[in-house]
Amino acid sequence: MHSHDDDDHSHLTDTEARVRALESLLSEKGYLDSAAVDEIVQTYETKIGPQNGAHVVAKAWCNPEFNAWLKDDATAAIHSLGYTSRQGEHMVAVFNSIDTHHLIVCTLCSCYPWSVLGLPPTWYKSPPFRSRAVIEPRSVLADFGLELPASTKIEVHDSTAEIRYLVIPQRPDNTESMNETDLAKLVTRNAMIGTALVKAPGATS
Amino acid sequence: MNDVNLSSLPDMVLVDDEPVFNEPWEAQAFAMVINLHQKNAFSWSEWATALSAEIHSGEQRSYYQHWLHALENLVASKSLTTSTALVARKNEWHEAAARTPHGDPIELNR
Repeated sequence: MHSHDDDDHSHLTDTEARVRALESLLSEKGYLDSAAVDEIVQTYETKIGPQNGAHVVAKAWCNPEFNAWLKDDATAAIHSLGYTSRQGEHMVAVFNSIDTHHLIVCTLCSCYPWSVLGLPPTWYKSPPFRSRAVIEPRSVLADFGLELPASTKIEVHDSTAEIRYLVIPQRPDNTESMNETDLAKLVTRNAMIGTALVKAPGATS
Repeated sequence: MNDVNLSSLPDMVLVDDEPVFNEPWEAQAFAMVINLHQKNAFSWSEWATALSAEIHSGEQRSYYQHWLHALENLVASKSLTTSTALVARKNEWHEAAARTPHGDPIELNR
């Protein structure tokens, strides 16, 4: 395990604080429309930060040894692919199955492992989403169009300063002939936080 | 976005005609410039000039660090705010972060 000095409170880099200073000052004065800024950012939310997690997921599907390593020590397995984040956070991979579906919440903080997962979606940052996801995850997932069988248990994971989660979705059917590179293209940010499943190419549901 | 010519900016990296960001704050800084321009806080050529000045300042910085410095300078020279106010507000954000438990949204006291 690692430790750093901001384990129990939030932390902004100087750059992040400068960005927030500009945004808060200029929107208070009416020069900037925060909602419009969020909307512009949202346009790019899936393009921000390398979504290295997709590679991790595809490798786990194709390579049983890597899969086992990921289960055992996700931090080391992910780093072995050259993906490190600035805070060197401890990563845990949780594996979806027919029996269990994993959903990750948190992400309000600068500790979100965006270098692995991409940027968190804007709706993730709303406190109502977070509390509802914990209380009634099944209905939250249904809101995203993800209806899980009643027999599938849903586990909700709240990332902490110490542990960040990555969901390894189930490999879709009929993808046996696909290689790692092509599989990685199927893996979306939402699948890696547990609000979507991975679909085979051409699948409609 | 339509009236904004990204390719007119010096050294702007576009992939499939869209900007690429390495970190979330970069997208935020990008979006602020677009919105300030949309709201007529400055013209696009004023922005291009400000950004160019930073890029050619000789400072070794990443592209979006130049972008952020240029934005700070331009809003000050347009008297939208002052450098002093920006530094004070930056420190308030650091203080806000320090008193915010991990996982809670960081908010200013006001």
